[in-house]
Amino acid sequence: MTAPLIWIVFPLLAGFLLLLLPNQRLVAYIGAGIALLLAGLALWLPPDSVRQIGPVVLRMDSTLTLVGRQISLTSAQQIMLVLVYGIGAFWFFGTLAAGNARRIIPFGLVVTALLVASLAVQPFLYAALLIELAVMLSIPLLIQPETPPGRGLIRFLMYQTLAMPFILFAGFLLSGVDVGPADIGHIIPAAVLLGLGFAFLLAVFPLYTWVPLLVEEVSPYAAGFILILFPTFSLIFGLNFIDNYSWLHDPASLQFSNILQVVGLLMMITSGVWAAFQRHLGRILAYSIVAETGVSLVAISLPDKQLGLQIFFYLLAPRALAMGVWAIALSMFKEKAPDLQFTSLQGIVRTFPVATAGLVLANLSLIGAPLLASFPIRQLLWEKLAATSFPPAIWFGIASLGLWLGALRTLMALVQSQPDLPWKSSETWEQRILIGLGLLGLFALGLFPQWVQPLLTNLPAMFEHIGK
Amino acid sequence: MPIFVLWLAAMLLAVTSIGSLLSRDWRWTLGFLAGQYFSAFWLTLPHWSLTMAAASLVTGWMAVAVLAMTQLDVKSEPASEASWPEGTLFRAFAAGLVLITVTSAAQPVNLWLPEASLPLVWGGLTLIGMGLLQLGLTVHPFRVTVGLLVTLAGFEILYAPLENAILVTGLLAIIHLGLALTGSYLFSLNVSRPSESPVE
Repeated sequence: MTAPLIWIVFPLLAGFLLLLLPNQRLVAYIGAGIALLLAGLALWLPPDSVRQIGPVVLRMDSTLTLVGRQISLTSAQQIMLVLVYGIGAFWFFGTLAAGNARRIIPFGLVVTALLVASLAVQPFLYAALLIELAVMLSIPLLIQPETPPGRGLIRFLMYQTLAMPFILFAGFLLSGVDVGPADIGHIIPAAVLLGLGFAFLLAVFPLYTWVPLLVEEVSPYAAGFILILFPTFSLIFGLNFIDNYSWLHDPASLQFSNILQVVGLLMMITSGVWAAFQRHLGRILAYSIVAETGVSLVAISLPDKQLGLQIFFYLLAPRALAMGVWAIALSMFKEKAPDLQFTSLQGIVRTFPVATAGLVLANLSLIGAPLLASFPIRQLLWEKLAATSFPPAIWFGIASLGLWLGALRTLMALVQSQPDLPWKSSETWEQRILIGLGLLGLFALGLFPQWVQPLLTNLPAMFEHIGK
Repeated sequence: MPIFVLWLAAMLLAVTSIGSLLSRDWRWTLGFLAGQYFSAFWLTLPHWSLTMAAASLVTGWMAVAVLAMTQLDVKSEPASEASWPEGTLFRAFAAGLVLITVTSAAQPVNLWLPEASLPLVWGGLTLIGMGLLQLGLTVHPFRVTVGLLVTLAGFEILYAPLENAILVTGLLAIIHLGLALTGSYLFSLNVSRPSESPVE
């Protein structure tokens, strides 16, 4: 067996085949089962390993050659595969509560497989092309049938597509420059192109206007899935750039780390401020997602690259879990209310108590509230930031304050109701169970962060220079 | 290939990209787009094998055909976006500015890409500039798709001397076709056809 066949080609085919199934629940169970199986297989039989079951010897090779180029998933990417398909399984099971399984799961599997291929393709620069393919295939996942596409969706397609040429060009210009910052004539244009490419790809300030528009226009669950996957893989792609060019990861070149830190903080502060004044729950989710990309950039900018990477990877699972619970709750509200404005959802806690609890706690978890999943690692990041320099730590706090205000205003809007309105839980059992399990996971990760730490410790080893 | 042929192809690229920017009739726009792919084929021929350049040309034309099929049902022009200036004179003026910028930038960019000829760099930059201009003027799915295809074609021309791997050319071809299909899908959701109105 070859690893790329199992974790790329198989989910691609499965995704296309699932399009043919008419039953939503069947698609949800099969899709989530496939993702879970792939995550489990990555744990049990990682690339470059051999297992024996009785007389049968199973061997997982790492490399597949396709039209002269290598697609390679190595043992260093084992935990990443477990994480990606594990997160995928959680989101696919979530469609039982949020709906839209027939669109989200088939295209979700295909998009996930393409993004995994972007980790595996050699040279890594070609990942830009695979990410672009994934962007195009995520359009049918996002769009509501019979609904005209809005500006958010069009801008999503436009901005993500424009990123590809900039990055490919920058990669070419950089291909001859690995000797250090002395070759400034080539580095400056390459750095500008690279910066523009990643600004489009990661929706960096001020190019993130499409994110709140998108969450407002399409199903929050579909948007949440796409907005957790793309920034994660784009950041890993960016980390590959940092890893491959010495002038980017050289400890002596502080300028690049400073730029990353400023950009990350700018994203956090602006989205924190916007989130504090929003009256639309979807837009608050969108700004939280933008802020999370900012948090990742700040983590990567830390002088201790290995610690920065560990923080970046550790944040992935709590983020996916919190956003999943948040998006399920939003999808449920969107079905019952005309829109997701505060005024339309006032007092909804009395009819959707579990969903309201899920939404508020997921929001608080993302901000780093104590006892919840992101708290230990966000706290660590804040401490390390303060140890490096005090002003960035203050800005980090201010940005978090904005997100806190957004969360508290959300809570206030959801619980404010007529006193005579009766309490009645309108959620289905599936919805209660999924939100409950998500919340349990958020508390478990917050209270016992050491449980997952051994799993994630080796993830930075994906990167040859900065991870070791 | 003689340099004047390359310059001729580059000029044709400028004419077709400006044409697709200025025309409001989809037939003209797609005709210009098809012409643009033909010029791009000539410009990339010195760097790619005939089969690779031809594959790129055929993919481009398939993308045009896909877009044309979606447009066949459309009775009228897309609604104007009043918030942006979009008169023909304004667009022609903006296209002129892009041409001036591209002409002044072509020589320095050519220094970064010594493998490429000046007409190729000029043609590629012109397409990128016109495509970006088109993208900046509209959010209509059809126009956005055309803008993205023009921009990507410009990039593909510039990238041709640098990379001739079959995998990259294949992926770029899939992206061109995929963009056309995505644009057509979005456009088909954007228009309400007479046949879709409820029947009493």
